[in-house]
Amino acid sequence: MTGSKKKMLISGNEAIGAGAIRAGCVFYAGYPITPQNELTSYMAEHMPAAGRVFIQAESELAAINMVFGAAAAGARAMTSSSSPGVSLKQEGISYIAGAQLPAVIVNIMRGGPGLGNISPSQSDYFQATRSGGHGDYHSIVLAPASVPEAYTLMQRAFALSETYRGPVILLGDGMLGQMMEVVELDTGTKAPAVTKKPWALTGCKGRQPNIVRSIYLKEGALEKFNLLLQKKYHLIRQREQRYESFAVDDARVIIVAYGTMARIAKQAVMALRKKGKKAGLIRPITLWPFPASAFSVLGRPRQKFLVTEMSYGQMLEDVRLTLEGRAEVSFLGRAGGGIPSEEEITARAMRLLQ
Amino acid sequence: MTEKIIIAGEGGQGIMLLGKVLAEAAMLEGRFVTWLPSYGAEVRGGTAHCMVIVSDEQIGSPYIKQADSAIIMNNPSFERFKDRVQKKGLIIANSSLVPPPQESGRRFVFHPFTSLAIGAGNIKVANMVAIGCFIRITGLVKKESVLKVIQAHTPAGRQEVGEVNKRALAEGMALA
Repeated sequence: MTGSKKKMLISGNEAIGAGAIRAGCVFYAGYPITPQNELTSYMAEHMPAAGRVFIQAESELAAINMVFGAAAAGARAMTSSSSPGVSLKQEGISYIAGAQLPAVIVNIMRGGPGLGNISPSQSDYFQATRSGGHGDYHSIVLAPASVPEAYTLMQRAFALSETYRGPVILLGDGMLGQMMEVVELDTGTKAPAVTKKPWALTGCKGRQPNIVRSIYLKEGALEKFNLLLQKKYHLIRQREQRYESFAVDDARVIIVAYGTMARIAKQAVMALRKKGKKAGLIRPITLWPFPASAFSVLGRPRQKFLVTEMSYGQMLEDVRLTLEGRAEVSFLGRAGGGIPSEEEITARAMRLLQ
Repeated sequence: MTEKIIIAGEGGQGIMLLGKVLAEAAMLEGRFVTWLPSYGAEVRGGTAHCMVIVSDEQIGSPYIKQADSAIIMNNPSFERFKDRVQKKGLIIANSSLVPPPQESGRRFVFHPFTSLAIGAGNIKVANMVAIGCFIRITGLVKKESVLKVIQAHTPAGRQEVGEVNKRALAEGMALA
């Protein structure tokens, strides 16, 4: 039974839940919010059925701190929410990073700021990739663009969180959470990988006690600890950049988009290619570390870039920082429920090609 | 080939399920599919819609700005979505709740899905009557695929639920 698969039509939210359970997540705590409710609801049904823990917490703050505790005890743990709820979790995420604990946080973004609305949005890119909470830390940020990819990246999220002992954020938008696509679920009986966690608080009978903390008061201790974190982040930048590139080799205009926007941008690129226009696409899969390597051979003379997002220009900054002025970078963005359409992208690209 | 379908009606009419059954049937036939619901503050009695795309190629945006066809189950949805279907597109509507319009030009097909569902034994299966009518006209998916999906969704020990849905599908297919 180890290699069996089952094709199912499920939503992005459900696929994330299925991916987490497949990855061996044993602890989920969350508080309901649209548009990620199907994930909480999936976990409510499937975690207890698999003999694992599901808790509907009394608040987002409680949920992230339960995850903090579960992770300290060595459990594979996660929480999920949508934008306003993820803002509430930021203190906890900073503590998890400071205590070097593995945990996965899912953000199915909706329109903001404030309570905003429930429409799909990509306006939390800054929050996810620039720490979000206080202190010099990073979360690895993964951005699926399809329901099957949400399923596989969720499994990768747990692996990364344990390899590097830190928070990993899966960042999707409301459309990805709500839409259904066909996913080949892995129904095999193969057990998820086990990570040794000698640092975990598992009861210290017969060994020295472990201490999990994020406070360093002794002179010089916090700087030393920060340098250790920086070394880890350097390693992650070197090893974990992921992206998809499509038709970029001879492209004169390269569109850069992630998540749902990348699907729309890819349609635009294909429409442009049909007209004989040299367009290409770079789709970052890791938002942090930002896949700078995708741009290393690009930025030739007369090559232009068009960043498109469901925001007013957040990933745009990383593209500019990466290209360091080597090429012209334009932007097309809408937010608060607005989604740049294929036609808008195509029209803007055509103007850049003139 | 790509077919973009908007399915709309009233909360409680099984609009989401209608879309899912079509999408799952297409999945069984090995096609690419997306299903996108209207979500949020939806209530029984309010309007509800979903968007289904079936294609031989990978699908970009699951959102449909202009549809190739629509299945419309109540009048507010007809008013809201009739102009979202392309000029030569097909609109299948439930004449039990939607008065047939004066205008011509688009391909309108009107049948009393709700009345037929009551006749089949359960008002709730109006959605399956509509699917029957839709697949008979468009040939988008095979009847056998839809039957398989209905069977898969039938709760264990509640075979009568599956039967009334299958009956409704047959009623719909006899219409077109």
